[in-house]
Amino acid sequence: MDVLEKLTILTDAAKYDAACTSSGGSRTAKAGMIGNTSTSTAGCCHTFSADGRCVTLLKVLLTNRCIYDCKYCVNRRSNETRRAAFTPEELADLTISFYRRNYIEGLFLSSGVFRSPDYTTELMIRALSLLRETHRFNGYIHAKAIPGTSPELVERLGFLADRLSVNIELPSEAGLKTLAPDKTKGAILAPMRQIQTRNRQSREELVKFRHAPRFAPAGQSTQLIVGATRDTDFRILRLTQGLYDRYGLKRVFYSAYVPVVEHALLPARDVKPPLLREHRLYQADWLLRFYGFRAEELLDEGNQDFDPRVDPKCSWALAHLDAFPVEVNTAAYETLLRIPGVGLTSARRILSARRVGPLHIDNLRRLGVVMKRAQYFLTASGKMAEGLRFTPDSVLRGLVAAERPLLPRQEGVQLSLFDPPGTA
Amino acid sequence: MEVIYRYDGSFDGFLSCVFDSYAQREIPAGFDSGEDGVFSLFDSRTVPTDPGHAARVLRKVTALSPEAAVLLRRGFLTCLPEKELCLFRLTAKLLREGPGFLRDRSDETLCPVVKAVQHLNGEVHLLKGFVRFSELGGVLGGEIEPKNRVLPVLGGHFCARFHNERFFLYDRTHREALFHVPGRSVIRPLADFQMAPPDEAEARYRLLWKRFYDTIAIKERENPRLRMTHMPKRYWGTMTEFQGEDWFRPRSSPAGVSGPGAPAGISAPGTPPPPSPSAPGSGP
Repeated sequence: MDVLEKLTILTDAAKYDAACTSSGGSRTAKAGMIGNTSTSTAGCCHTFSADGRCVTLLKVLLTNRCIYDCKYCVNRRSNETRRAAFTPEELADLTISFYRRNYIEGLFLSSGVFRSPDYTTELMIRALSLLRETHRFNGYIHAKAIPGTSPELVERLGFLADRLSVNIELPSEAGLKTLAPDKTKGAILAPMRQIQTRNRQSREELVKFRHAPRFAPAGQSTQLIVGATRDTDFRILRLTQGLYDRYGLKRVFYSAYVPVVEHALLPARDVKPPLLREHRLYQADWLLRFYGFRAEELLDEGNQDFDPRVDPKCSWALAHLDAFPVEVNTAAYETLLRIPGVGLTSARRILSARRVGPLHIDNLRRLGVVMKRAQYFLTASGKMAEGLRFTPDSVLRGLVAAERPLLPRQEGVQLSLFDPPGTA
Repeated sequence: MEVIYRYDGSFDGFLSCVFDSYAQREIPAGFDSGEDGVFSLFDSRTVPTDPGHAARVLRKVTALSPEAAVLLRRGFLTCLPEKELCLFRLTAKLLREGPGFLRDRSDETLCPVVKAVQHLNGEVHLLKGFVRFSELGGVLGGEIEPKNRVLPVLGGHFCARFHNERFFLYDRTHREALFHVPGRSVIRPLADFQMAPPDEAEARYRLLWKRFYDTIAIKERENPRLRMTHMPKRYWGTMTEFQGEDWFRPRSSPAGVSGPGAPAGISAPGTPPPPSPSAPGSGP
């Protein structure tokens, strides 16, 4: 089988992994080595695929042969599909050649479980060592740690990669038991804990010894599948929050489940992936990481799923109308961040601009505040936007109308997906 | 008396104009860098570029606010209409009032300049990813078609990343190119450039990349609008994955060659929107 064919099979098998970022790297160029990882702290997208997702890394599997039989996965052993495997040389050549042409920021290496987790990880380590040591590749590498791998191998993998990730995939243990019988919660969380501990140690060592090797300097991430099981948004968001708090994750990715197989326990094949739900979860994820929100503020036992009509921040503001309007000339940064339509950047600009003189409504638009949303929730020098009259009802309508053009088009159909798939 | 300053189009030339306007105690009504053939009923005066004058202006601006100096440098690279006038007003206000107003992004003098610089920075950031190089006999070559003059900013990134490569990057809009050999790089005007057709290996990697790009998309999630939001179509013309079949045909293959020594001509029409829609009009 030639490389073009292998690339096709192994890309096709890797495409459902949502994580494709090159953020968090800060390694500058080194003499005798190819590349760096310091494009910008936010990472760098090299293209966008037809589905609108960023492509920054060469995202492939080392092999799609797998001993596991996870029901939701295209690579499960019971699926009749063509199997292939890269040799380490082929993979290194592809990575270097793509990198030099500026097609990619680095390599994202995942793999099916071939023979055993340890065996697979050793193959991955061999490929990455060839790339790092023989080909002197200094760019970004994201590697998957496979649940059940022995700690010594995860350790070696971490020194070769910039970022490691262990995919949780199913947000509850019950889901794991039914859909991924070969995996356990313990086997998934153990490497995550190890990566966190080792990463922290490595940073401490770096303070003492300048040339101490770096263990996964860009941290770790994970992915949760949305819509394959009946888990609610609240459950997913609380799990996310726990992962950020207790495991120090850099990112949690959400992947709307694309039905790839007919199975009694999974949504039917003609069900569309719940893209809107995925979108709402990402919005909430940002609120957790940057805006100081807690999962319990956004959702609770009574309200387990996000409102499909408005984004989580607007939804929160509508439920807390007594906290508004906020006066932008006096409010604290944390309070500004809670106004829908005010983001991290515009809040910072407000802080800076109001030191020069009092702000008026006209100034806010030029500071980057999205007035379509913000106008209902703020005053500037005591005044709201001119001619604005509203009731709580019309605010909701206004907010829904403001967001509609930004959402993917087939949403009308997708709203029905908020009822969990009828699996019984 | 309204007067238009004619200068040589360089940054130093512009700063010399600022110097002159203070020396002559007059406010220019406009600037003419000679390239767009401005016709005006106002008087015009040619201001000679004086590096000494330019340095004095820049020193004063930097002393008042280092950020403003960066803003001037970057602002001068943007495609902002009447950028010289906007930058002149900014400098004048800075000298008159001090740097306080720079904190207020909604300031009427500052806002257009900051926005234009943001546009430049955004374009640079996108191009860091969207530039595509081809290997031509050991040298990497790429083309871009930006609205702003991004090369001085973008060059730093590629010179750091590909520090031990020989490469060049041609800017179709502004007809200039960045050349880099290990340890040294220059930006030079270049009237015209045609990419040579690929050899066997280069064509193969282009094809591999195209295949990867086409395969990585999930059909069930297709969303062309989202893709265009993140990656406007004006960038597609120079990106490997959007080229026609000719782009992937090696030089030696019988189908794609018009003559062995013919300098290129073959690969250029592979660009889907051939008469470069974004080039002449610059600003939207």
